[in-house]
Amino acid sequence: MKMNKCGYLIGEGFRSIRTHRFMSFASVAVIVACLLIMGSFSLVAVNIDRIISDLEKQNEVVAFVSEDYTEDQARALQSKLEAVDNVSSVTFETRQQAMDSFMKDYDKDLMEGIDQSVFRDRYVVHLKDISLMSQTKDALQKVEGIDKVNAHIDYANGFITVRNIVSAVSLVLIVILVIVSFFIMSNTIKLAAFSRRQEIGIMKMVGATNGFIRLPFMVEGLVLGILGGGLAFLAEWGLYAAVTGKIMETIAGKLVEVVPFSTISTPVLLIFLGVGILVGGFGGVNAIRNYLKV
Amino acid sequence: MVQMNGVTMVYDNSGTTALQDVDLSISEGEFVFLVGPSGSGKTTIIKLLTGEIQASEGEITVNGFDMCRIKRRKVPKMRRTIGVVFQDFRLIDDMTVYDNVAFAMRVVGTSEKVIKDRVPYVLNLVGLDGREKRRPQELSGGEQQRVAIARALVNSPRMIIADEPTGNLDPVRSLELMLLLEKINELGTTVLVVTHEKELVNAFSKRVIAIDGGRVISDGMDGYYGYENE
Repeated sequence: MKMNKCGYLIGEGFRSIRTHRFMSFASVAVIVACLLIMGSFSLVAVNIDRIISDLEKQNEVVAFVSEDYTEDQARALQSKLEAVDNVSSVTFETRQQAMDSFMKDYDKDLMEGIDQSVFRDRYVVHLKDISLMSQTKDALQKVEGIDKVNAHIDYANGFITVRNIVSAVSLVLIVILVIVSFFIMSNTIKLAAFSRRQEIGIMKMVGATNGFIRLPFMVEGLVLGILGGGLAFLAEWGLYAAVTGKIMETIAGKLVEVVPFSTISTPVLLIFLGVGILVGGFGGVNAIRNYLKV
Repeated sequence: MVQMNGVTMVYDNSGTTALQDVDLSISEGEFVFLVGPSGSGKTTIIKLLTGEIQASEGEITVNGFDMCRIKRRKVPKMRRTIGVVFQDFRLIDDMTVYDNVAFAMRVVGTSEKVIKDRVPYVLNLVGLDGREKRRPQELSGGEQQRVAIARALVNSPRMIIADEPTGNLDPVRSLELMLLLEKINELGTTVLVVTHEKELVNAFSKRVIAIDGGRVISDGMDGYYGYENE
């Protein structure tokens, strides 16, 4: 496309934004609002996900070595256990260590006279994916020299359920909000197109191509979309900083660690701009579909 | 230039038969009046010639384009070979006279340099020099229609189709406008004027095609008006 043609079309897009100032403002505001709700929900989901994976890491499986194995024989099992699928790390604990850690948790007087032989050599196993805990437990149990495996499968399932619910709700909300923004954007540009329907009719009559007629509306949609995405990003940033700042001041802040905005700012910006561009561009094209049929 | 053979047009939504077995031929450089009462099929012919609708049956050729088999993406190219003038002028109110005319060139991608040369020439041709900066509302009906003619002419079409161009004008302005169209025709552009103004048609010795009930009822040079008895 020639430069003068391009400049004309882009200029027309901006002219339309200026002419329909109020509606343009409304579209940007709607995009900002939708992205802000969508973004906030997603960021809550990201943080819940982070907390859950931290908790998952603490959810360990304990594999007890057969009583008749010597400590050296028990240590030799390490590599076999590491080779089991879905195992991320394996830490060996001797009977003595097991007893020490038990003693720490309970009243020493009660435990007087207990001998370390009551305990067994054991492995503390961390998994890569806790949803496969049951299978991994079975696989660990099949390793020769492992007598018993303790795994909190119920806890693991609880985490998985919470994570799935959060993901599903965020996804549904995101889809709904993208659709809402799309229609509102499309409607705004439809109003612009309606007020310019005569112009579009004349353009068609003198032989302008559909692409040529569509482009200023697309430019209008894209500019509004990018503007909305950019402003929503800044608002989200401010909101996130304010809310996480408050959380960190409370007791909850001592227990959980929030994801710092700086680590997620690039994907948030890209997604916001991406959604803005898609909603704006397609909204613009959709808005004038009916006027191009003549 | 324009060739219609056995053209029938039935509107899908209403089932109305607007044209029945119409044969029509207009040669390069002709000046033709298409006359007939309301609902006779005049507007349908214009819509067929401009590619707004497609005929149910028959063959139509406009400036070398087969209108029955034309691809949608080729329609703009075909439309650049014709200029259309409407009864209600259809000017853009927030544009000046100059921009209204230049608009037709801009939307087909003409460079500003060419536009700057061509627009004043066409405005001068239609007798509107000095009115470039006015807006449509500041002009009389006759002047507004001249702007519309300038816009139709500016891309140098091979044919001008004027749909009731004098419908909103008084008799004197109507005559002036017709004289302008005649002048444009003398410069080589084919002109098709759709009208039902009997006196105006009879004031010119031009070919008159009369249409009624979707059929061509007469085609001659004697100014005969097809529904004279109405």
